Amino acid sequence: MADSKISTASATPDLSEAFKSSVARPPSAWQKGFDRVFKNVAYAFGIGVALLLAGVVFEVLRNARTAIASYGFAFLTTSVWDPNRAQFGILAEIVGTLYTSVLALALGGFFGVTVALVLSQGFVPRRVELVMKNVVELLAAIPSVVYGLWGIFVLIPAVRAPSGWLNEHFGSIPFFSTRLSGPGIFPAALVLAIMILPTITAISREAMAAVPKRLAAAAYGLGATRWEVIFRVTLPTAIGGIFGALVLGFGRALGETMALAMLVGNANVFGWSLFSPGNTLAALLANHFPEAGKVEVAALMYAAFVLMLITLAVNALGSFIMLRTTRELKGLG
Amino acid sequence: MANAALTQAPAATGPRTSLRRTIGNRRTLGNSALTVLAVSLTLLAMFPLFSVLYMLIVRGGALLSPSLFTELTPGAGMEGGGIGNAVVGTLVVVAISTCLALPLGFLGAVYLAEYGGDRKLATLVRFAAKVLTGLPSILAGVFAYATVVVTTGSFSALAGGCAMAILMIPTVMLTSESALLAVPSKMKMAAFGMGATRAQTVLRIVIPTAIPGILTGVMLALARAMGETAPLLFTALFSDYWFEGKLTQPIASLSVLIYNFAGSPFEHQVSLAWAASLVLVSIVLILNVTAQFATRRPEEQ
Repeated sequence: MADSKISTASATPDLSEAFKSSVARPPSAWQKGFDRVFKNVAYAFGIGVALLLAGVVFEVLRNARTAIASYGFAFLTTSVWDPNRAQFGILAEIVGTLYTSVLALALGGFFGVTVALVLSQGFVPRRVELVMKNVVELLAAIPSVVYGLWGIFVLIPAVRAPSGWLNEHFGSIPFFSTRLSGPGIFPAALVLAIMILPTITAISREAMAAVPKRLAAAAYGLGATRWEVIFRVTLPTAIGGIFGALVLGFGRALGETMALAMLVGNANVFGWSLFSPGNTLAALLANHFPEAGKVEVAALMYAAFVLMLITLAVNALGSFIMLRTTRELKGLG
Repeated sequence: MANAALTQAPAATGPRTSLRRTIGNRRTLGNSALTVLAVSLTLLAMFPLFSVLYMLIVRGGALLSPSLFTELTPGAGMEGGGIGNAVVGTLVVVAISTCLALPLGFLGAVYLAEYGGDRKLATLVRFAAKVLTGLPSILAGVFAYATVVVTTGSFSALAGGCAMAILMIPTVMLTSESALLAVPSKMKMAAFGMGATRAQTVLRIVIPTAIPGILTGVMLALARAMGETAPLLFTALFSDYWFEGKLTQPIASLSVLIYNFAGSPFEHQVSLAWAASLVLVSIVLILNVTAQFATRRPEEQ
């Protein structure tokens, strides 16, 4: 069989006879045409995703343009939300968004990095580590509206008594100047912290795992204890990735909506007290959009545009840091 | 000079950094204390998950019965009823968004993995997808409101599906891309060697091999979409009636039901919010765990 094939091939330069009895053959015209169509369709869909992002930015900006024209910069520096008199300003929401997110970042970052350390530095057996890693990932799987429900019926009642005690004894400190009467900044920030913890843990754990083992081994060889190795070798080496994780976690906190809309209190004022109600940009959108009239929708679109600018800037910064640190770590490997 | 340094160094640091570890040693003690602290903080960080699950089972489980899934949501102050319309609504909205997001995300991934490579356009597309993953979900709702709700003039299931699709696309695309890239290039080379076109290779070799990874991405995207509330609030809105096959009308969903009933002054509606949460979290967790199993298998082989 094989002999006959070779002889036909050498006798005539036309290979079509040989291909007939083999699986391999050049593509037919139809197949070539299909290939070209397939390629173009894939290109179109790839570009489509880029256009989708451009479309989101464009649409929000286009709908906000009347509000941008009529309220201008003052929109960002005043704190009124009065659809009846058509006066709008989102200073309280901008500050509230940053305040809750910074609080969440401080809490979620501290816990998140600690969890990442415990799950990457051999504190617990490999199997337990895997189980705990999955449990932390499930924290991210719980929908934020369920966290909101949990916050209303579990967290707020639990925080109320300590907030009263803190207000009574440390009321002169601005953070404790009020007591928690219902929803407020602190329960909202606490739930936010829970929600961004898995992101921070997953990314910083990866950064810690990427630290070459021999660096830690060298420190152990010099007689360092486990925590001396962590503080002087692992953390300094992985600091870029951890920082990137914190920035990305911060970005998530800024845009988180439901838990805040349910827990932050929806008050158009800003106070330093952890137990006073406040508002955030995303919560403002969630609470006002469904029943908004034409003028209010334009103002909400402006607020959405501000939220988009803030989150895109923070996320771009986070991605940039991650990109740079993965490049740097390659040199150490 | 060098010799002197060598002999002096251990003598100078010897007594301070002894290799011997006793319980009373300050460094050992500090080390153990930090370990205990870190492990307890880790356990504390996992506490909310268990607290949420406990509450869901206790408060949500109380209402669990077949009628929960077959009856409509009750009005204010009324007893009885269920969450049937919300369960159906969530499935409809997610189905719409999957139909929109799957082709776009998946073929976009084929472009990135097979044709894009390191080209500038591909880098741009990848960057756009990454930015979209970080887009606050409420902004997807704002976009769908501006495009679908404003042009059609009403809140609708279709608008909700569009908003949700924007959130699913980047997840589907980025996970599918890494699944496609993980297919050994030897297999592709073999296909090319047999005279297959790139389209044939992708459709018959690359995609079937990458299917587990792609399915994982789809399931994770589905799980994320199921629980999203913000994009549905002012696109799909809510409806107290059954879905009648009209995509241009408002539609109920589990997540919006939870949001609406959580703030309700009526105890029964709050209980229904817990029951809906239990149903929603069960679906989401099942999808997540299945996705994790699907990814683990190829690693073990």
